[in-house]
Amino acid sequence: MAEEKIDSSGYWKANVRLITGCLIVWAFVSYGMAILFRPLLSGIPVGGTDLGFWFAQQGSILTFIALIFFYAWKMNKLDQKFGLGE
Amino acid sequence: MSQFAINLLFVGASFALYIGIAIWARAGSTKDFYVAGGGVHPVTNGMATAADWMSAASFISMAGLLASGGYANSSFLMGWTGGYVILAMLLAPYLRKFGKFTVPDFIGDRFYSKAARLVAVICLIVASVTYVIGQMTGAGVAFSRFLEVSNTWGIWIAAAIVFLYAVFGGMKGITYTQVAQYIVLIIAYTIPAVFIAFQLTGNPIPMFGMFSTHSESGVPLLQKLNEVVVALGFQDYTADVDNKLNMVLFTLSLMVGTAGLPHVIIRFFTVPKVADARWSAGWALVFIALLYLTAPAVGSMARLNLSTTIYPEMAGQVEDVESALQSSIQHGEITTTDAAGYALASEWTDHPDVPEWMVTWAETGLIKFRDLNNDGRIQMYNDSADFSHLGWEGSELEVNNDIMVLANPEIANLPAWVIGLIAAGGIAAALSTAAGLLLAISSAISHDLIKTMINPNISEKGEMLAARISMAGAILLATYLGLNPPGFAAQTVALAFGIAGASLFPALMMGIFSKRVNNKGAVAGMLTGLILTLLYIFTYLGWFFIPGTNMLANTPDNWILGISPLSFGAVGAIFNFAVAFTVSSMTEEPPQEIQDLVESVRYPKGAGGAVDH
Repeated sequence: MAEEKIDSSGYWKANVRLITGCLIVWAFVSYGMAILFRPLLSGIPVGGTDLGFWFAQQGSILTFIALIFFYAWKMNKLDQKFGLGE
Repeated sequence: MSQFAINLLFVGASFALYIGIAIWARAGSTKDFYVAGGGVHPVTNGMATAADWMSAASFISMAGLLASGGYANSSFLMGWTGGYVILAMLLAPYLRKFGKFTVPDFIGDRFYSKAARLVAVICLIVASVTYVIGQMTGAGVAFSRFLEVSNTWGIWIAAAIVFLYAVFGGMKGITYTQVAQYIVLIIAYTIPAVFIAFQLTGNPIPMFGMFSTHSESGVPLLQKLNEVVVALGFQDYTADVDNKLNMVLFTLSLMVGTAGLPHVIIRFFTVPKVADARWSAGWALVFIALLYLTAPAVGSMARLNLSTTIYPEMAGQVEDVESALQSSIQHGEITTTDAAGYALASEWTDHPDVPEWMVTWAETGLIKFRDLNNDGRIQMYNDSADFSHLGWEGSELEVNNDIMVLANPEIANLPAWVIGLIAAGGIAAALSTAAGLLLAISSAISHDLIKTMINPNISEKGEMLAARISMAGAILLATYLGLNPPGFAAQTVALAFGIAGASLFPALMMGIFSKRVNNKGAVAGMLTGLILTLLYIFTYLGWFFIPGTNMLANTPDNWILGISPLSFGAVGAIFNFAVAFTVSSMTEEPPQEIQDLVESVRYPKGAGGAVDH
């Protein structure tokens, strides 16, 4: 085992960093764009209403999907890089 | 063929399919029974997760909630999808790596404590039972309408079928049946939505139609909707909310609750690898989003259709009415606001012309209309707005939110087979979720309580028998509560989220991301989260939801900082984290083998040096 010692703390740190980044985007689109910043965005019209409304009912969900696939893809690369793939 | 026969045909054919699959894939071992043998493809699992996840609340109630609440109820959309992001990143892969059967398994092992396991079992059962209530009420609505029986009978029939079904399958049967149920429910949901979007806007894709132009009036659909509802004295459909704190906390409660719901988590135990658990969460959300992106369109269009069908002549004669009203305004007889309301309400005709769908739905008791002022017309408007000078004595139409999706095809005059399809879809949604919940409940009792804590020597056969008996108990309890529900189906479900989010989610997350949190901290944190949340909910909704036992009226004035009981799960979770860290830091570190266990769940391969002996 010794010679193929895996840098597991490096892997975990990279994972936590990636999660943090993804969760910032996650919070920004849902709590930010759709709720807290909606009054600021009310000047941007989207089909009879405003951008905040669109984020609340469509945009945040689309972003969530992109985030999970991005995370899964990045983690697969990390698994390979650190030799932790199954 | 009558509508009843068509409904029976669609529902019957879908049942035959599910039971066929359940027999084909029935469980032979406890591993089959609990985690489907652990060999489910990530896309298949994603689809099954979506069906498991999308309950009666999603299928039946959500569009109704959006229709009645407009923007303010967007929390349901974001909460129930955003939870998958944290599930995919914070829980699913590590729990898959841990590789056991149940959620209490992880909590019991990680916090090396029977007490922690027991608390987890209790949280799981409370959350799942609360959640199953929503399924029962939802299925009751669908059955009562489409099989033409009373709501009460509908719930009993749903209970009988769900029971049969869950006992048959085990996780293996449930997984493959859920794939079929997903297909049925998504087709059933989208076809009417496509029809209606096309009718109203000329754009067949509901998620785009919602933001395009209303063909009849030539203004954007949402703007048209705002005009109609405001005229009737309701709040603007897209109006912003005043209490942002409550909306944020409610959304967060639904998100952490989603991630903490055991029946969703155990789905990720069924895939072969850690990487599959991550992909699978993504696929699950794709399949879920197909419905959730359509729901807002269904909600807004149903609300518009409901208003315009009740005033069937409005569309054609609105100009005549308007010119008549304009002259009344000029003569100072009425104000502009009255005129708008009057234009909408005045064209309602005598009872014999009540649309047929209203008559059939009135039989289920979910629509009530009565002519309060005996003018031969039905006025529907916001009851708190005063139209008494027009001779109106109160809103004469009550519509239960839950019928929005189910009645939608009838309101829009869609062909009979679409209505049959909706029937099969609504029932599929309720049954697939109920089956998943019952599995989570029964595995917690048979595996975590009986096998692990009471009688470790129990045989496989005995364990499966115990699982089936505990399902029976759970469903009886759920049926009782389904007959006496604390709110709309989706709101009942929201309570389950508060509990799962306040108790289970923080414990699972700390178990993975902190090596320092020990048994005492975890137990104290989980109990704090659970008890605080329950106390807050019971204070406003009554002890154990028994009507009349609430200590404070459930109104925003009474809520602490304006936080609704449904939003309190997030606050409970914060207390859970705080208490767990404080208690852990004052007591001893977890033993080395537990820290090694934490290391091992963090890495997909059995690596991490010390663990890999």
